[in-house]
Amino acid sequence: MSLVRRSSDLLKPFTTAASTTSFLNSRRHFSTDDTTTITVETSVPFTGHNCEPPSRSVDTTPTELMKFFTDMALMRRMEIAADSLYKSKLIRGFCHLYDGQEAVCIGMEAAITKKDCIITAYRDHCIYLGRGGNLLQSFAELMGRQDGCSNGKGGSMHFYKKDACFFGGHGIVGAQVPLGCGLAFAQKYRKEDHVTFAMYGDGAANQGQLFEALNMAALWDLPAILVCENNHYGMGTAEWRAAKSPAYYKRGDYVPGLKVDGMDAFAVKQACKFAKEHALKNGPIILEMDTYRYHGHSMSDPGSTYRTRDEISGVRQERDPIERIRKLVLAHDLATEQQLKDIEKLARKEVDEAIAKAKESPMPAESELFTNVYRKGFGVESFGADRKELRATLP
Amino acid sequence: MASILQRIGAATSLSSSNSFDTKKFNLSSPRSVIGRKVSNLDVRSNGANKMNGGMNCQIGGRADHFVTNAVATKPEAPAASTASKPGHELLLFEALREGLEEEMERDARVCIMGEDVGHYGGSYKVSKGLAPKYGDLRVLDTPIAENAFTGMGIGAAMMGLRPIIEGMNMGFLLLAFNQISNNCGMLHYTSGGQFKIPVVIRGPGGVGRQLGAEHSQRLESYFQSIPGIQMVACSTPYNAKGLMKAAIRSDNPVILFEHVLLYNLKETIPDEEYVLNLEEAEMVRPGEHVTILTYSRMRYHVMQAAKTLVNKGYDPEVIDIRSLKPFDLHTIGNSVKKTHRVLIVEECMRTGGIGASLTAAINENFQDYLDAPIVCLSSQDVPTPYAGTLEEWTVVQPPQIVAAVEQLCR
Repeated sequence: MSLVRRSSDLLKPFTTAASTTSFLNSRRHFSTDDTTTITVETSVPFTGHNCEPPSRSVDTTPTELMKFFTDMALMRRMEIAADSLYKSKLIRGFCHLYDGQEAVCIGMEAAITKKDCIITAYRDHCIYLGRGGNLLQSFAELMGRQDGCSNGKGGSMHFYKKDACFFGGHGIVGAQVPLGCGLAFAQKYRKEDHVTFAMYGDGAANQGQLFEALNMAALWDLPAILVCENNHYGMGTAEWRAAKSPAYYKRGDYVPGLKVDGMDAFAVKQACKFAKEHALKNGPIILEMDTYRYHGHSMSDPGSTYRTRDEISGVRQERDPIERIRKLVLAHDLATEQQLKDIEKLARKEVDEAIAKAKESPMPAESELFTNVYRKGFGVESFGADRKELRATLP
Repeated sequence: MASILQRIGAATSLSSSNSFDTKKFNLSSPRSVIGRKVSNLDVRSNGANKMNGGMNCQIGGRADHFVTNAVATKPEAPAASTASKPGHELLLFEALREGLEEEMERDARVCIMGEDVGHYGGSYKVSKGLAPKYGDLRVLDTPIAENAFTGMGIGAAMMGLRPIIEGMNMGFLLLAFNQISNNCGMLHYTSGGQFKIPVVIRGPGGVGRQLGAEHSQRLESYFQSIPGIQMVACSTPYNAKGLMKAAIRSDNPVILFEHVLLYNLKETIPDEEYVLNLEEAEMVRPGEHVTILTYSRMRYHVMQAAKTLVNKGYDPEVIDIRSLKPFDLHTIGNSVKKTHRVLIVEECMRTGGIGASLTAAINENFQDYLDAPIVCLSSQDVPTPYAGTLEEWTVVQPPQIVAAVEQLCR
């Protein structure tokens, strides 16, 4: 990995100052420095299909670099904490963890706005966080409590955040891609200047409805960007055993595609920026993010029966997204080792506090069983056998 | 109230809140409804109307009862209408189109998507003329990809549009079952109320004239368990238009079941705008001896049997339940309390159909009022055969209804 340093100012080392001031102060110090431009090269060049790939050089600022580190550390901590909560049976059912794949989410958020829509499958905890969701609501939802983002009625696979245009959170593999094209359709219908990122995995890439949706998106030039998070395993089946052509970025045929190193947050950022410009002008594009998950498919999958532990630790050593950012930060002298460790400690503390608070949150009330089945309670409350004279009125 | 009337002007507050240029959608053109003519009042009714007066066209306010009578075999003396103006006569598919058009005119978020709905005008002409008027994006011709375009409609609804998704035949929507069940029905719940899915999924179903097994399916029995959706079945031009409008305005996902054989029914419907209540059943013929519950095409078989029954001295009360999910247990209950005998006539299969659920619901709620066990006449549990005679035996025919009533009233 080559780093090109072209900052206009020389950054002074903050070591002495940071060790004496409080941690919050030093964080605030980083966040004000967003005038300096740092240019980073992505790990590998992009590979394009039916399109000219963007350049490898990505501009960033110290603020953004530190934000990447902080946010990814928080996400990683959240997923690890969810792992132990699951093992202590506070989270039940299905729990699909995103650790290892954080760069995809972080890079995407850096390139888009909160008015661009994101829709994904069930590995959605970190994407919810990236969209502005808060830790307490995440953990409360995972534990099925009232304060959860879906009032405890959705669970791990159903995180949504309407005000940040995050459309979830879907359990059935591939079903979110037609929904994503519907979001893009609405954006086109309303002539908005925004795009939709419909995310799916390498397993879902073989679903028929994906190609149906892609056909329609291409036909009508919908601003849909299909993002394949290729972590190389569809549950327990390796990609070469499931797909005749594992080059998912080429599967769109007439739809252009781009292959991106999904463990490099800057590559993701560049690709998403490129894709957004493309989609607004020319219609759909496929992004294949080459990424990896450290955990198994879900908490019920050890993750080692279909791949070797060496492979997992190999990826962790060579390609870990947080490590990459750490090296960048240290190389550009934006913080010291100790400060970075402090950030991680703070992340751990935040997560622990959120969990403690979420544990105090009560279970949903019994009446919640019947709320939100219909809008305005149709069909559940109004029409028992002894219904009163009141009739429902339509708008 | 059987219907709620609104003036079109009252809807301006809703349409003005849209954030895009309505001129692009040609909303400024005068409201011209295709195929509409004002004719002399010509009501063909098939049952003696025992209630006060004849047809009522309600203008605002509550009206306890009803609802014009539908066409059946023999015209009787036309009943005078108490409407302020004469209505206009049209066919059922035209009534659906009128409802569609009025709603598209009223709210620019309403759009149609389906196979051949645009340039072709709809395989049953329900959306004829709408694409030239509203454009290709609002009346969208989709490729043959039910799963994907149903999903697309639901995604668009999550973003605030109000799509009407047409299945060319209800049976094709089996391909979209996942989208309808998981996304359409459950998203409002699993998102904690954040998203509403105001879609209307409509299409013709039911047993036609020798269409074959795959094109004669009754999907209401498969969809009825899905939580979060509403299901209605229209049977006359009057309730087709009213239910279509109500379904479009409802914030819940509504599945509107039409029937292949009923598209050419003719009736005179009011000129004024009206919207029907989605959860309400329709009293077709009041009576004393037995309650016959039915919906969609079977209503006509029942009314045909009713003529024979009347000649034989019986007085059946016929209710078109219209709302398949949820059932209008209020109207049904009042009827059961009066007659104490229930016959259900449906087109679904014997196993797991609407009739089966209705039987259970009535037994649970009105056990004490029943003098006899509920009789449910349904189609046979077979794939619909192609041969005409066999197909006739698959569905319930009027003589069977007569025999059942005679048996029940013994």
